[in-house]
Order: sequence, then C-alpha cells, then structure tokens
Amino acid sequence: MALTATIPARVLVTKIGLDGHDRGSRIVAAYLRDAGMEVIYTEPWQKIESVVALALQEDVDVIGISSLATDHLLVPKLMKALDGAGLGHIRVIVGGIVPDDEEAVLLKSGVSRVFHPGADRADIVDVVARLARDAGANRPDG
Amino acid sequence: MDRTVSDTPRLAARLIEGEPAALARAISLVESDTPAAIDILRAIRPHLGHAVVVGFTGPPGVGKSTLVNTYIAELRKRGKSVGVVAVDPSSPITGGAVLGDRIRMAEHTLDQGVFIRSLASRGALGGLSASAAQVADLMDAAGRDVVILETVGTGQSEVEMAMIADVRVVISAPGMGDDVQAIKAGILEIADILVVNKADQPLALQTCQQLKAMLGLRDLTRRSVPVLCTDAINRTGVGDLADAVEAVAGRVKQRENRSAVAGRTRHLLAQAVAKAAETHVMQSRTQTIAAIVQGIQEARLSLSEGARQVLNNLGGEGHDG
Repeated sequence: MALTATIPARVLVTKIGLDGHDRGSRIVAAYLRDAGMEVIYTEPWQKIESVVALALQEDVDVIGISSLATDHLLVPKLMKALDGAGLGHIRVIVGGIVPDDEEAVLLKSGVSRVFHPGADRADIVDVVARLARDAGANRPDG
Repeated sequence: MDRTVSDTPRLAARLIEGEPAALARAISLVESDTPAAIDILRAIRPHLGHAVVVGFTGPPGVGKSTLVNTYIAELRKRGKSVGVVAVDPSSPITGGAVLGDRIRMAEHTLDQGVFIRSLASRGALGGLSASAAQVADLMDAAGRDVVILETVGTGQSEVEMAMIADVRVVISAPGMGDDVQAIKAGILEIADILVVNKADQPLALQTCQQLKAMLGLRDLTRRSVPVLCTDAINRTGVGDLADAVEAVAGRVKQRENRSAVAGRTRHLLAQAVAKAAETHVMQSRTQTIAAIVQGIQEARLSLSEGARQVLNNLGGEGHDG
C-alpha cells in the first residue's frame, strides 16, 4: 500500500544474571532508537524465562544481551529456552566483555554476533537491522 | 520488512484459544497494517465483547505505569486475567522509540494470566497509537477479562482513549504545580474516575479537594465522578479503584449500543484519513502538492482551502504518495 510507512524493527535490550552494569545497554538502546527502531528496554537482573516471556509478548526480531561480568555464559541456556518456546527465529546478539574463547562458545550456541568494547555505532545498527530482516523472513507463522 | 502470513486462519484460531504467541504475532500484524490484519480482525469479530477495557491516562510522571502495575496485582487477586497495552512515544524525527512502561510491571512478567504489550505511538497524536483499539480487540478475543490501555503521558487531549475505553481513569498527582490546571481543560470531561496518586505526599489531600471542587462546578445532570486517592508504590487505595472500575463497567455494559460503536469506528476512520493525508503531503513529489504548498506560502491560498485541494487530489491520484 502506497501510504504505509516501513515497519520498524523491534529489539529487546536486556541483561541476564546478577550483573547490574547497565550503562552499555542504555547506550545501545539509544543508538537503536535513533536509528528508527522500537526498543523494549528492561532493568538488569532478568531471569532466562523472563527474557523468553518478554520476547514472546513483545514479538521482537532481535534480542541484545549486554554482559560485563561473565553472565554471557548464561546465553547458551537462553538460546535453548528460546528454541523450546518456538522463538528460534529471533536473532540474539551479545555485547560487552567476552573473552575470545568464550565468544566461540556463544557463536556455536546460535548467537549471531558478539560486540566488544569500542564497537562501532554504525556497525551495531547495520547488524541489528540485517538480523531483524532475517528474523522476519524466518518466522514460523509469517 | 515485508512479512507475509502463511496461515492466517490458523493464527486467528490459536489467538481465540488464548495462545500468547498467537496474540503477540497478531498484534504485530495489525499494528503493521499488513494484508493479513483484516482477515484476523474479521475472524475475531464473533469473539468480542467479553473484556472490560480500562484506560489510564494523565500527565507524565504521575505514576501511571506504577499504578497499572499495582492495579494488575489487584485484578489477579480477584481472579481476572489481564491484557495491557502500554503506549510510549515514537520519535517524530527518526520513528524510533524506547518502550519502558513495562519496567514498572516486571513482577508480572512470568504470570501467564498477564499479557503486556508495549506499543510505540508511531506518530499518532492523542496519547495512543492508531492501532490501539484493534490491539485491545485482539486481547479481548484472546479471552482477557480486563484490558488496560495506558496512554503516552501527554497530559491533555487524550480523547482517543475516551473513544476506545469502557472505563476512563484520569490520574493526577500532588505537588506538580499546575497539573490540576493541565487536566481540567482537556481530559476532565472524559474521566469516569479521577485518581490522585502519590497520596503519601503532603499536598495530596489538597489536590483531591481541588478536583472535587472543580467537579462541583459542573452541570449537575451529569453523572458523578469519584475522586480516589492511591499510593501505588505502597499499594493503598487500589482496591477502591478496582471497585470503582467495576461499578462504572457495570453501567457501561448496560448502555452499550450500536451507535456508540459506529461513532467510534467513524472516529478511527477520520484519524486514518488524517494520517494518510499527512503521509501523502509529506512524501509526495508531485507538482500538484508543490503548487498548493507554494500557494499557501504566497498567501494566495488559505490553509483550509489548501487542505480541501489536497483531499481532492488524494481522491484523484492517491497512489503516487
């Protein structure tokens, strides 16, 4: 329809586990907002099952997990939980302090991309936009 | 992002069964105005009318989300299932949004009886997004007993909410300077229930009395509007609020009639026309629109005459936008 604008990507930006350092997640949320995306933002300290419930209710395309104190090691569990809830189409990225050998573990568990300190704003935005399109194309029910 | 739906009837059926994933997906389709949306809305029509739709509005910072959170807890205590539509503003520049209303409702995230959806206003004025009414319908069809609509905190002219909600709750707070002034002109008229939140603060009683005094000046033939004090954080007064909502909802269900529904539809259509016209004017590269703009700039055309010409132009070549 000629008069319909494009649909904004929907992204959940959150933190799991016990790490409360949320400066990074706030900055990324603002980057994505300023790139025209709709960002669902939560407080830190989310449980895995809460992230799954949030992603389901909000019908997001991408989940961004910020981790600065080893909680990224919970992400493989999140990947399994998303799959189990029928949300395997959702793309997950991780940003923060992630050692190289553990990055490999995350990628192997299905994480699409890991961003490290100093990551470029334009790169983050481009990757999230692309992943959102991928997610949309892979939805089980359209 | 063009999303096509492979199996719309099945999605609608799953929604009517109350499946949260289907509800979530259907909301996205309706919000994005996809071709599948109309099929879903048609399929759910026989399943509408179960839910009571309660609107919460008021100026920014009065505690709308916190009060909604406490009200959800009260409804759950009363055995009701709940759907929440929480609207936050989109940037008029980029279209982006940070949706944070549900931060205050985190205690309900894992409760299957509570489904919360954040919507961005996507350019709609009046405190709700254009599709909020339809999203409320989807939650109704999914079997939610109470659907809560929380508007953007713009403080005035939330007449949109008045058109959609069965029960309209207007929230205020003490110590906000002229906020009683702010609500009296625009939205006092639409309130079924007035709430002064943050009742633990010193000026709460005074604000309550000001509101009551203001109501006393109204036409006496109009229905009475209760003024309640709540303290959402400490969870006081919320039982009274739930009772008051139930009382209004009982009255509304009795006088529900078709003309009200038709009026609402007409209003939503008018909104959609305005939105379509706006998109057309802002995005059109045609000579016709440019000439109208120039005419207004050079004071040869009035704004209203220009608008009339745009609408005529829309009828003729509306597909070039």
